[in-house]
Amino acid sequence: MSPNEDRSPLSFNHIGMDRRTLLKTLGIGAVSAAALPMLAACTGGTAPGASASASTSLTFGSGSSDDVPKAAYKAVTDAFTAQSKITVTTNVVPHNDFQNKIATYLQGSPDDAFTWFAGYRMQYYAKQGLLSPIDDVWEKIGGGYSDAMKKASTGPDGKMYFVPNYNYPWGFFYRKSLWTEKGYEVPTTFDALKTLSAKMKADGLIPIEFSDKDGWPAMGTFDYINMRLNGYQFHMDLTAHKESWDQTKVTAVFDTWKELLPFQNPAALGMTWQDSAISLGQKKSGMFLLGSFVTQQFTDPAILADIDFFPFPEIAMEGQDAVEAPIDGLLLSKKGGKNQGAKDFLAFMGTPEGQDAYAKVDPSNIATVKGADTSSFSPLNKKCAETIANAKSISQFFDRDALPAMATNVMIPALQGFIKDGSIDVKNLEAQAKALYAAQ
Amino acid sequence: MSRTTDLSHPSPAGAPRSGRRRSAPGTNRKVRRLSTRDKVVLAFMVGIPTLIQLAFVWIPTVLSVFLSFTRWNGLALSDIRAAGLANYSYVFNDSPAFWPAVQHNILWLVFLAVIATPLGLLLAVLLDQKIRGSKIYQSIFFVPVMLSLALIGIIWQLFYQKDNGLLNFLLGTAGTPQAVDWFGNSDVNIWAALVAATWRHAGYVMILYLAGLKGVDASLKEAAALDGANGRQTFFRIVFPAMAPINIVIVVITIIESLRAFDVVWVINKGTNGLELISALVITYLIGEGQSIGIGSAFAVILLVISLVPITIYLSRTFRKEKF
Repeated sequence: MSPNEDRSPLSFNHIGMDRRTLLKTLGIGAVSAAALPMLAACTGGTAPGASASASTSLTFGSGSSDDVPKAAYKAVTDAFTAQSKITVTTNVVPHNDFQNKIATYLQGSPDDAFTWFAGYRMQYYAKQGLLSPIDDVWEKIGGGYSDAMKKASTGPDGKMYFVPNYNYPWGFFYRKSLWTEKGYEVPTTFDALKTLSAKMKADGLIPIEFSDKDGWPAMGTFDYINMRLNGYQFHMDLTAHKESWDQTKVTAVFDTWKELLPFQNPAALGMTWQDSAISLGQKKSGMFLLGSFVTQQFTDPAILADIDFFPFPEIAMEGQDAVEAPIDGLLLSKKGGKNQGAKDFLAFMGTPEGQDAYAKVDPSNIATVKGADTSSFSPLNKKCAETIANAKSISQFFDRDALPAMATNVMIPALQGFIKDGSIDVKNLEAQAKALYAAQ
Repeated sequence: MSRTTDLSHPSPAGAPRSGRRRSAPGTNRKVRRLSTRDKVVLAFMVGIPTLIQLAFVWIPTVLSVFLSFTRWNGLALSDIRAAGLANYSYVFNDSPAFWPAVQHNILWLVFLAVIATPLGLLLAVLLDQKIRGSKIYQSIFFVPVMLSLALIGIIWQLFYQKDNGLLNFLLGTAGTPQAVDWFGNSDVNIWAALVAATWRHAGYVMILYLAGLKGVDASLKEAAALDGANGRQTFFRIVFPAMAPINIVIVVITIIESLRAFDVVWVINKGTNGLELISALVITYLIGEGQSIGIGSAFAVILLVISLVPITIYLSRTFRKEKF
């Protein structure tokens, strides 16, 4: 999860367009139904890339609408155009709209290349045949990526679809000066975390800063406890609903969480992660479990330099092997697969030059390709990069690993209920999961 | 306000009637002579509204009902699969938000009916007196009705914020652990939302009643005063009953507003954590990446069935009146 997905209360401007969107969907549905035979004829028997023409332009849809990422992608497209003489037309869409309308977008007239996320959220559209496989691109760039990255870029059919641009780890962030002053030490086990939290509470701090007004940040805590308690594979199977929610392993996750709940900010349900970041910056709270994008909130360089990070402590299995590090990158639409220029653009994104161009403007994330420039990294960035590099397995985040409907419609209210009174109904979670996954 | 446009729906049907009245003194022959052109005009006047109705009301409604019995991911049409009553079973048995949502909608209705609507009436009666600056007050109270959703969100955020909000500041608890978490605490946030909704609804009711009060014949009040009725008696015995048509509109609007209740809640937290409403559930399940169209449609159909009750009552009343 990134600030790009901030479900802020003021970002619902799409509501006024409900009816139009509905009509559009209907219209597009009708058009796409009519176009099906045509598409089938197009794809019939052509080898990947064979039909690609030597194109000199491509369109690029970007959901990175915040100023910094927007400028960063502009730097990438400029660098690509300078190198290849292929012009890129970028269409920037406000990120919430972009995500909410992705299905309509992909079925309508999508851009050749577009920004998206790894995980189930990518595989789902790959399975629907709305994306173009890019195995030929990966032949060129594959050497620069780790196996974990490659795994995260693979579709359900074993073909490659995704080109990672950057990622960012989730972990505990804290202020070094506060910890030195009070003599706190980084906990590596869950028990140590609890002991430390109790100490912080005694010192009048909120031990673990927490915010869940928007619903999604609490998923990070769930993901980590589940992975540490039941292992990475179980977490993946649970989010893909290959495992039932109605079992003791899941109950155990919530029981473990309950031990932590008294130390998390009790006002979480009324707070956004930005509110929490302010409180951390003011040394009112000891630590904050969030993605490294939290540093964007610290505009004062003195505070920023005082921020440090440690990975989620070990609980029962696999030590601290698994890291939650959502990957953002690029995909090729069905239409973009016929444009060699668009494939070249994705290949460029998978090179150190492409990622450096991005990171120069937006340094809050970690480039994913080997050989990307790390000389300008802050010590915190280096630590984040190392944590990811040393990870044995990488999860994406609940709402990227699971069915979006499950994440939004089931998990958010369930976790908010759990935060409120510590109660969770796993039977009901399973019943809802069954209905929602069956509808896909 | 699609519902209010529905209220004016009988008027296209009224068009041919007025045509008939015009030709009433003539004979059948006259009607036939006019008909060539009239038929075209008539066809347009009846046909276009009918088509618009079909396109915007009936087809989506029928499709929603149809989709509520299917499973669909909203992508290819070929993915639609029959689901029987599974979606309804999900809504009634599995969805933890449905029954709280029904309760909240009822609470919303009661609150609007008992607090917000009478408040609007009170404002209207006060502003109907010849007080200075009445127009300015009217505008001020009506402004919330015209504001956009985003603005409403910002305004109430300023009031209700836990640490920096005006309300906690006035209570003297801002920044302290005793500060009430107006949005986050699921025991109080529905009331916070209701106050915000009242702020809007009262202005709306006020304008309607102001128009109604202007329409009451002044001689009625004079006659009552001559008969020795005091102000309260005049209002409750004479003026209020004289506004019967407006009262019915207000009742219908209050019911519809409580079913439509959506914006304030969506602004606060998208209708979760103590703020569940049926309309918010419809949107959650229909719009966005998390869409599961079958379930969303089932919620929508349930909302439709509930809405049909007040609409039917209203329409049957309107048609009964036309008979005499």
